[in-house]
Amino acid sequence: MSTRLDKTNDAHGGEGTGGGGGSNKAPAGPADAGPVAKDAVTVVDPRLLVRQEGFKGYLNEFVRKMRSGDLGAVPVIVGIAVIWAVFQWKDSAFLSPKNLSDLSILIGGTGMISVGIVFVLLLGEIDLSVGSVSGLAAATLAVLNVREGVPEGVAVIAALAVGAALGAVHGFFFARIGVPAFVVTLAGLLAWNGLMLQVLGTTGTLGIDDDSFVRMLTDHYFSQLIAAYGAATVAVAGFFLAQFLDSRRRKAVGIPSRPLSEILVRTAVLAVIVYAVAWRLNEYMGLPLALVIFVAVLVTLDFVVRRTPYGRKVIALGGSVEAARRAGINVVAVRISVFAISGLMAAFGGLMIASRIGSASQQAGTGNLLMEAIAAAVIGGTSLFGGRGSVWSAMLGMLVIGSISSGMNLLGVANSVQYMITGAVLLAAVVIDSVSRRTQRSAGRG
Amino acid sequence: MPNEPVLALRGISKRFGAVQALTDIHLEVRAGEVVALVGDNGAGKSTLVKAIAGVGPADEGVLAWQGKPVEIARPHDAQDLGIATVYQDLALCDNIDVVGNLFLGREILRAGVLDEVEMERRARELLSTLSIRIPSVRIPIASLSGGQRQTVAIARSMLGEPKLVILDEPTAALGVEQTAQVLDLVERLRERGLAVILISHNMADVKAVADRVAVLRLGRNNGIFDVRTTSQEEIISAITGATDNAVTRRKARSGEAAK
Repeated sequence: MSTRLDKTNDAHGGEGTGGGGGSNKAPAGPADAGPVAKDAVTVVDPRLLVRQEGFKGYLNEFVRKMRSGDLGAVPVIVGIAVIWAVFQWKDSAFLSPKNLSDLSILIGGTGMISVGIVFVLLLGEIDLSVGSVSGLAAATLAVLNVREGVPEGVAVIAALAVGAALGAVHGFFFARIGVPAFVVTLAGLLAWNGLMLQVLGTTGTLGIDDDSFVRMLTDHYFSQLIAAYGAATVAVAGFFLAQFLDSRRRKAVGIPSRPLSEILVRTAVLAVIVYAVAWRLNEYMGLPLALVIFVAVLVTLDFVVRRTPYGRKVIALGGSVEAARRAGINVVAVRISVFAISGLMAAFGGLMIASRIGSASQQAGTGNLLMEAIAAAVIGGTSLFGGRGSVWSAMLGMLVIGSISSGMNLLGVANSVQYMITGAVLLAAVVIDSVSRRTQRSAGRG
Repeated sequence: MPNEPVLALRGISKRFGAVQALTDIHLEVRAGEVVALVGDNGAGKSTLVKAIAGVGPADEGVLAWQGKPVEIARPHDAQDLGIATVYQDLALCDNIDVVGNLFLGREILRAGVLDEVEMERRARELLSTLSIRIPSVRIPIASLSGGQRQTVAIARSMLGEPKLVILDEPTAALGVEQTAQVLDLVERLRERGLAVILISHNMADVKAVADRVAVLRLGRNNGIFDVRTTSQEEIISAITGATDNAVTRRKARSGEAAK
C-alpha cells in the first residue's frame, strides 16, 4: 500500500470495505482488467481503508468497526454496566465500597486460573484439569507448610512448580504423543483430584495460619489513601506514556500514528475508571493486595502475548499450525510451554483461593471452579477456536461472573438460580461472538 | 555476467519406487527472466520444484547455482542460496495482521520485544516497492481476498532477498482482477532483476508474463519455447503430446534403435 494515500478519501468507503468477501466474488474493478492491468496500480482503490487524520477519523473508524462486527470488549463492558445498574437498583449495597472491594478480591483466584485458560484457548485447545491442579497446589502448600513444617516460601514455590510440571506433562502428551488435549486434561482432572485427596489424607481440611504469607495474599490492604491513588496515577501515566512514545516514534518514521487527541481520550477514559475504583476502595479498607497481584499478572502476561516473539508464536499456532511450522516455529515446545503456563496459573489461582478460604480442603478445585474459569475467558471475548483473544478477557469475564454471584448473594437468591443465570450469560457471550464473527465475514473482516 | 544462468539444472532424474518421475531434465533460469513451467497433471512439475527447493532432492543430475554445482538437500539449503518458494497453500496465519504475517518467524526485535514500528515501516516499504495494494497493513489476513493473500505470500518470500522465486500455481482459484494483480507482481519481480519460475496451468497467464516456457511431459523435457515466437497451440500440443503422431513415434523408435 502506498504510504501517501489520499487523505480526503472516505474512511469507510461503503460498508463492504475490503477487497470483496472471497475469491469467487471478483470485485468490480477497472473495466480494462485484462491479464496485465498496469494502470490499475496507480489508482487509489476507493475500497481501501484510509484512516483520516485527527479525532474525526478516530470516531469514523470506531463506527466502522462496530458496524462490521469488530466489537472487541464493548459487549462485555456494556454487560457489566447493565448488571451493575440492575443490582444497584435492586439493592443499594451492591456498589458499596465493601462489596466492590470484596468483589475485587473474589475475582482474583478464579481469574488467575482463567488467565491460564486464555493461553490455552489462544492455542485453540482446552485445559479441563485446571480445577484439579489448583486444588492439588493448595493441598501441596498446606501439607508441606502446615503438616511437614517446611518454610512457607519453599512450600509456595513447590506448589507453583507442581502446577507448572503437571501442565507440562499434559502438554507433553498432547504435543509429543498426539493425544487430544481434551482427553489428556480430562484424565488430569480425575487423576490430580485423586492425588489431592490422597495427599490431604484422612485429616481432610488443613487450615492455613492467619498470619502467614499466603493468608496475606487476600487479606492485606494497603490502607493509606496514597496507595490506591498512587497506583492509579502510575497506571494512567504509564498508559499515556506508552501510547504517546509509540505514537511519536511512528510519526518519526512516517507511518500512521494515533493522534494526540485519541490518546488523550483513551487516557481520560482509563483515568475515570481507575480513579473511581481507587476512590471506592479507599472508602473501605484501601487497595487490596490481591487486586494488585491480579492486575500485575494481567499486565505482564498481556505484554507477553502482544509484544514478545513468544506470544506471537502462540497466536500464530492458534491461527494455522502449518504456517507456524513452516515459519520455523517449534510447535511442540510452544504447545508444552503453554500448558505449563496454564498449570502454573492454575496453581497460583489455587493458592489465592486457599488464601481467601483460609484452608486447603478436599473440596478445593472441584465444583464449578473449572467451568467458571473457562466461562470467564469466553465471556471476556476470547475465542474458543484459537488465535483470537486477550488476557484481559479473564478479568472482564470474571467481573461479569463475580458480579452476578455477588449480587445474587446480596439479594438472597439461591445458588440454583445463580447457575442458570450464569449459564445464560455464557450462552449470550458465545452468541454475540458468533454473530459478530458472521458479520465480520460478510463485511470482509473474517 | 548477464548471460550466466542463476540456476541451471542438468540431467535431473528422480525415481519414486517403480515410477520414474523425472528423467534427464534440463532447465536454465537467468536473472530478470520469468520461466514458465507447464505440463499436464503428473508431468513432474511439482517434483521438479521440490527438487530445487530441497524438499525432495533429486537422485541424479547437477544443480548449478550461479555457475557452481551445489547440493540442495534440505529446504534450508535452498533458502540460504537465495531460493524462495511460494507454495499453493500459502501458509499464512488468518488471525494475524499483514505485518505480523510478513515477519512471522523472523520478527524484528528491539530489546527482546517485538519492534512493531520498524516492522510496519519495512512492511510498508516492501509493499509499496512491489506496488501491492491491500486495504491496510494492520488488518488480519482473513479479511483479504484470495489475490491479496497471494500477493502477501509473495511479498513475504521477498523479505529474505532471494535471487530466484518459485511460484507454484499463484493464479489458481483467483478471479480476473486478482489474477491481474498477481501477474503485475510477477512482472515487478522480473523488473527488480529476480529470476522467476512460474508454474501455471493457465496459458493466458503464461503468455502474458513469461519469457520462456519449459514444457514437461511424462517426466521429460518436451521443448523449451520462446513465448514471443510461439503460438499457444504449439505449447498446448507439446503439453498434451498432440505432436505425438505416427511420424514422430517412428522417428523416436529409430532413434532408440540407433543408440
